[in-house]
Amino acid sequence: MIAMEHVCKSYRIAKRNAGFGEACKSFFHRKYEVIQALDDVSFTIGDGEMVGYIGPNGAGKSSTIKILSGILTPDSGDVFVDGRIPYKNRIRHVREIGVVFGQRSQLWWDVPVIDSFELLKDIYSIPQFEYKESLEELTELLNLGELLRSPARQLSLGQRMRCEIAASLLHRPRILFLDEPTIGLDAVSKLAVREFILRQNRIHKTTVILTTHDMQDIEALASRILLIGKGKILMDGTLEDIRKGGDNIDETVAELYRSLDI
Amino acid sequence: MKKYFSFFRLRFAMGLQYRAAALAGIVTQFAWGFMEIMVFHGFYRADASAFPMSFSATVSYVWLQQAFLALSAVWMLENEIFDSIVDGNIAYELCRPINIYNMWYSRNTANRLSRAVLRCFPVLLVAALVPAPYGMNGPASAGHFVLFLITLLLGLAVTVSFNMLIYMLTFFTISPQGLRIFFMSTMEFFSGAVIPLPFFPDKLRQVMELLPFASMQNVALRVYSGSMNGGEMRRAVFLQVFWLIVVTGAGKLLCRVAEKRITVQGG
Amino acid sequence: MEKMWKAVGLYMRYVSINVRCVMQYKTSFVLTVVGQFLVSFTVFLGIFFMFQRFPQVEGFTYSEVLLCFSVMLLEFSLAEMFARGFDAFSGMVRKGEFDRILVRPRNEILQVLGSKFELTRIGRMAQAVVMFVYGIAESEVRWSFSKVLTVLFMLIGGTAVFTGLFMIYAALCFFTLDGLEFMNVFTDGAREYGKYPIGIYGKKMLLFTTFIIPYALVQYYPLLYVLGRRTERIFMFLPLLACWFLLPAGILWKFGVRHYKSSGS
Repeated sequence: MIAMEHVCKSYRIAKRNAGFGEACKSFFHRKYEVIQALDDVSFTIGDGEMVGYIGPNGAGKSSTIKILSGILTPDSGDVFVDGRIPYKNRIRHVREIGVVFGQRSQLWWDVPVIDSFELLKDIYSIPQFEYKESLEELTELLNLGELLRSPARQLSLGQRMRCEIAASLLHRPRILFLDEPTIGLDAVSKLAVREFILRQNRIHKTTVILTTHDMQDIEALASRILLIGKGKILMDGTLEDIRKGGDNIDETVAELYRSLDI
Repeated sequence: MKKYFSFFRLRFAMGLQYRAAALAGIVTQFAWGFMEIMVFHGFYRADASAFPMSFSATVSYVWLQQAFLALSAVWMLENEIFDSIVDGNIAYELCRPINIYNMWYSRNTANRLSRAVLRCFPVLLVAALVPAPYGMNGPASAGHFVLFLITLLLGLAVTVSFNMLIYMLTFFTISPQGLRIFFMSTMEFFSGAVIPLPFFPDKLRQVMELLPFASMQNVALRVYSGSMNGGEMRRAVFLQVFWLIVVTGAGKLLCRVAEKRITVQGG
Repeated sequence: MEKMWKAVGLYMRYVSINVRCVMQYKTSFVLTVVGQFLVSFTVFLGIFFMFQRFPQVEGFTYSEVLLCFSVMLLEFSLAEMFARGFDAFSGMVRKGEFDRILVRPRNEILQVLGSKFELTRIGRMAQAVVMFVYGIAESEVRWSFSKVLTVLFMLIGGTAVFTGLFMIYAALCFFTLDGLEFMNVFTDGAREYGKYPIGIYGKKMLLFTTFIIPYALVQYYPLLYVLGRRTERIFMFLPLLACWFLLPAGILWKFGVRHYKSSGS
């Protein structure tokens, strides 16, 4: 179970107005601005749930994911993931989670994908038989077959994303964080990725938390939706709650963002 | 011309934004200068008579070298340009109605000038305050100072022309990194960045002074403290102008060949 | 102990994957190795020509300086080869790759070390070895077991000191990405000016490099021992003492990681 209670997180960033004179001024005196990334965020997610986490750019989605995966320490509030505090005992925590950053690769660029997998096997100390079993299952479901022998740099984006997802699941995590997993993919790859995630959740009861801007991802995957804006949770409900507005999901969400002024 | 001036302003403002970088650069330059002088001092104590120029002229040479490093350091190349050549984004640049050579040339010059302007004064000021014999001395005369400024800018022009040559050669190589290291080390050595040219054995020095690399920093740094006589100075300035024309011409030629290659092969 | 061997095993895996990556571009690799050789070769030429003019520097002869320079260069190249991950850490922070390291159940230092193994530095090492052999042949050092051991200690200590410096640099990357140029004074500067025995830079410099950043412990004092100018045994073991430099570097690194986790990127 994942629980966040009254979590706050703020950043400090340097600020400067445009213009040559301002550039000179800020050379000597710099102004800072505090950005409230998360403002009293609370929610719980049960085992085996699939949650879509949506909100406009800069709303606080990735801060949440980073806190839950142990990368970031919150300013205040409590976070528990299966009874662990992610940022306190990092190594024990991350054994149990898988993370896919859609915009970044974890594969070694110039060697066959299978070599990256072998390295991950050592990093996570996965026993041989378990590794073999996972690899076989993932290869079949994600249709990796031939891909495993080509270097990552030669793969198309869709092929690479399938490999990335497999890489994050080799150690059979109980919780999977997906940060924009379908960004830039073609229609066929998108469908394949979605189908796989659904199956993974159904068969292995993996808890899935997914951030995306693609509302069709949400339609296909998420039974529950968390909407975040300006660091606050604005809605915790189902797709139906959002749908009320009309048929076109993108327009409805855009309308919702506007009405909430986020 | 106005285009280039506003470009320069932009670069300068960018340079100001990284104030920590500017400060760090000044500290670095100062430390390097100091170490360099200590090395020369060690050799000077070993055999003062073997010194090819006066110790104080050597000290000024080192301080000026550090203060104006951004103008004459060959290794200050722009990664963005390399990347755009290697990954083929250069094709987009070719779509614009500008001359690539001139654009990159002014961009490099602006970068170097803005860096130098930001950093030279603090280094020079501190160097001037360092007690003798390690402190920096004034120029030999007002005339020498004027000539110093002229040769410094000519040196900058030659250095940038050489940089352009390296960018252009990148179009024709499979290993930009290898090419770069090779050029860097050779040019540094022959330009007098490793040890000043006067410290080389005479015969070798006479040849090195004729090479284009000597036109980059060697001339200005030696003119300042008057360690060249009138005839030598005239010849050095003539060589600077000569090599500037030759190297720039070669670069432009290569640029044209490269452009043709890109449009024919499609990148 | 078992944990230790597992870590070594994982590191070897990292090395092997790094080498396989590099071997994808053989020509580029060979040219870069040659380039690395050339870079330090010009520095050698600088020393060579200075000694054409001067007989010695503060009592050190040409061959003695070569010995000094080659050991320093070897130490630096070893550190660059193994600890390149720290040396190139700013890129890792900028691209957000450190996040990936934090979501893996392994020590962060081990992962950063493994992220880059810079094989091309063998070019520099080759240059160092050639100079070292030349220096030995020319100098009148009477070699004994303890002197050979001293050189070995110098290599260990020196590599540790440079690795510590790279680590400090990486730790600072967590706080700011600009302005770290000044760290070059301690890394590149030490390589560049460590070619001459530190004694020639004066008393203050010697004090600084004895107690603040312990270059003198791995360079000047053991060199005096090897050259037979000092005979006290302590000079032989000083390089090992310098390994303690890794401790404050490690602490700063931990501190940096903590800061990163509280500020994010």
